[in-house]
Amino acid sequence: MRYLPHTSEEISRMLQVVGVDDLGDLFSTIPEDCRLNADLNLPEALTEWELNDHMDALSRDVAVAPDYRIFLGAGSYEHFIPASVSHLLARSEFVTSYTPYQPEMSQGTLQAIYEYQTLAARLMGMDIATASHYDGATALAESLLMAIRITKQKRVAVSRLIHPLYRQVVKTYFEPTGFEVLELGYLENGTTDITALDDIDELAAVAVQSPNFFGCIENLQDIGEKVHDKKALFIATFTEALAYGLLKSPGAQGADIAGGEGQSLGISCSFGGPALGMLASKKKFMRSLPGRLVGKTQDLEGNRGFVLTLATREQHIRREKATSNICTNNSLCALAAVMYMSTLGGTGIRELACLNRDKAEYLKKGLKEAGCIIPFDTPTFNEFVFRFPAGGEDAYSRLLEKKIVPGLSLDTYYPELAGHYLLCVTETKSVDDMDALIREFKS
Amino acid sequence: MKGSIGTTGLIMNEPLLWEKGREGRCGFSLPRRDVESVPLDRELIREKLEFPDLSEIDIVRHFTRLSQWNFSVDTGMYPLGSCTMKYSPKTNERQAGREGFVIAHPLLPSGLSQGALRIMFELQQYLAEITGMDAVTLQPAAGAQGELTGMLIIHAFHKMKGSQRSKIIVPDTAHGTNPASASLCGYRSVPVKSNEQGILSAESIAEIMDEDTAGIMITNPNTLGFFEENTGEIAEIVHADGGLVYCDGANMNAVMGIVDMGRIGIDLMHLNLHKTFSTPHGGGGPGSGPVAVTKELEPFLPVPRVVKERDKYSLIEDCPESIGRVAAFHGNFGVMIKAYSYIRSMGPENLKRASQFAVLNANYIKESLKGYLHLPYDRPCMHECIFSDKDQKPAKVTTLDMAKRLMDYGFHPPTVYFPLVVHGAIMIEPTETESKDEIDQFVRAFRAVVNEARQNPDSLYNAPNKCKVKRLDEVAAARRPCLTG
Repeated sequence: MRYLPHTSEEISRMLQVVGVDDLGDLFSTIPEDCRLNADLNLPEALTEWELNDHMDALSRDVAVAPDYRIFLGAGSYEHFIPASVSHLLARSEFVTSYTPYQPEMSQGTLQAIYEYQTLAARLMGMDIATASHYDGATALAESLLMAIRITKQKRVAVSRLIHPLYRQVVKTYFEPTGFEVLELGYLENGTTDITALDDIDELAAVAVQSPNFFGCIENLQDIGEKVHDKKALFIATFTEALAYGLLKSPGAQGADIAGGEGQSLGISCSFGGPALGMLASKKKFMRSLPGRLVGKTQDLEGNRGFVLTLATREQHIRREKATSNICTNNSLCALAAVMYMSTLGGTGIRELACLNRDKAEYLKKGLKEAGCIIPFDTPTFNEFVFRFPAGGEDAYSRLLEKKIVPGLSLDTYYPELAGHYLLCVTETKSVDDMDALIREFKS
Repeated sequence: MKGSIGTTGLIMNEPLLWEKGREGRCGFSLPRRDVESVPLDRELIREKLEFPDLSEIDIVRHFTRLSQWNFSVDTGMYPLGSCTMKYSPKTNERQAGREGFVIAHPLLPSGLSQGALRIMFELQQYLAEITGMDAVTLQPAAGAQGELTGMLIIHAFHKMKGSQRSKIIVPDTAHGTNPASASLCGYRSVPVKSNEQGILSAESIAEIMDEDTAGIMITNPNTLGFFEENTGEIAEIVHADGGLVYCDGANMNAVMGIVDMGRIGIDLMHLNLHKTFSTPHGGGGPGSGPVAVTKELEPFLPVPRVVKERDKYSLIEDCPESIGRVAAFHGNFGVMIKAYSYIRSMGPENLKRASQFAVLNANYIKESLKGYLHLPYDRPCMHECIFSDKDQKPAKVTTLDMAKRLMDYGFHPPTVYFPLVVHGAIMIEPTETESKDEIDQFVRAFRAVVNEARQNPDSLYNAPNKCKVKRLDEVAAARRPCLTG
């Protein structure tokens, strides 16, 4: 086997040094009744070339562009990724290194993560950002737990317009804790209704997503003021980080903590993972942050260098008293994001964000003219909710046959919006793609 | 040491991105604008985003230079104990990079994502077979999240039984994540000491196990590199009081095809695809931490679950006992493909041989460094061996000094100061993919460092000398944190 370098002669010499007769004897400490009695029942080894054929066939059994026109977003977004980013990200030195515990041998990863933390904090308009988390959903759950630690209150409120799957993850994380998760409804214009806050006390935090699950841009500023009146922390979450290339950041609108998904920033959809949990806060909450942080320091000769820092918050030092059980970040994904953000630059990210919105507006207008219903009139970014024209309820399956996936059905997540779909348009969709969808309703 | 592979290469200096940027540059090919611009309310628009502007070559050189400041498995031996830094095969990257997988949307209807679902389904089956358990979830994104998922399952199990419990037993040889994961579920960790052989005794568990204890978290093989021989008996004790046995399977690389975890009374365990199944560590993630359980605990696994009916794969959510979701979508699919590709490339015999060679390599290092370094437990080990700096005390040389000096010889240091039960621990895990030649070089380097510690300790205090930077001041970094530029 090409991954196993041992020759028979080397094996004998090593066994001799160890003082046993054969490989089986190495396991003499394992009692007989712990052993696996048979051979593993797994498929026989494939050659590299057989594996290629097998995996090629499997990968063709998934619907993707250009065969299909897929207008799905809802937390996973297809954006163009420059060849330079993919190429750099594939460098072995980044891919096959460990968590940078030995900083003198890991300055590449460490400086890059420091750069990621800096650009991520700027994007979200916050003072500091962590070195990243698993995904947007767990970043939100960790943000809420962090607010509970800071405020010592036991109740949080989350908008119903936060991604339904994120709210499910929050529920899972909160189930054994005894802390309470309340949900805030929404208004007719597709934004969060915070009037219920008046009757809720002892709140640790309120979390709102913007652009929200319906794609609508929330007025975070107003919500934040009301949350602060209640002496709770204001958490802004998001699924589409690119939006902040154009829109006012959470920090600029008073968020205490921002936690969401950064997959849009140079990371492919990859059937939902790996992704990039982004988490940032005001500086005063630094020591309550969960997860890894990289900080700047000096070496013995006064040269600039970077290290993992504030480890006393972490599980390997504090064990059960840690701020979280996380023992890593999603380093390579954070690296992809910093490469992508610096490739776009300040000007590029705004232009790209504008293009996303303008394309979504083009499709929205076209569908409206073709008789589709757009239920919410609040400004949106690159996603919006729509309903097929009256009499066109069977359109979804008809479109699938034509290799168009017209968004995500809201039936399961918002039963009151049965028959509605969430559509997404990024820069990867051309006018031709959008016209193909519009045409289906005109005919 | 003559012939050492450690040397100083051509290493460039490189500023921070924003020190390098020049306004007006751009490294991105902006897509053609084929739609009109639609005005947006000024109130909604942000101030200018202060991202540096760079051209494509600026960025390529920047990150290429940074990459050259990193040590990696592809550079050389990376013997971090408990981390299983084995070689990550390149064909796995090719498979994961296929277009159909890379741009697959997680919310595609099942009928349009059969290839991806099939990989997940089959990987679940392979992992169940390798562990000897009955069912698997691939959703947890890392080992620590696998542990948390395990604790949530234990919590849900006791809730269903109608009596919630408040404690969980965690041995002193456990990973720090274990107690942290348990406390996220509201459990108080009850520590238990390993015996003079470095393993748990059944008696010590019998003494503390009671009906208010939810279960035990056993790392097996443990972090001292030993197989927990008494697991079967311990499981009987824990089960008798209605508790569950969780196994931290981070060290599964030692026992593939050798131990049947189901047979020794394990109820649930996690695996690290980025350790045992060769997926790269990525400088700290993304990983993947599947959880395997017995038939009895299957109803509690996270949703959605991947199932197969009449040659069709689908996702089901209707599982009333499930703990819910631990990830927004299906977990780290991109990592799963690599583990799948690894298992298919290895086949059953080579997986077993991998474990045999991993154990052979660790024992060979143990025997080769014995006499140079203090060996606190002198008995056959599994995948890793643990030394300490006890013999270097007279020269005032510490584990950290020796670790830093090893860098000058061209090796990444072992794990240091862990496990906590060994003072000044040096934990070495070579993995099966290191050859005898590489290991011999490592042994010679470590022996040279030990000799220097005796003859010329000064050369160790200031080490490393050949890295991009000298020893870094971690205390100052924590005292005056600077996290952004």
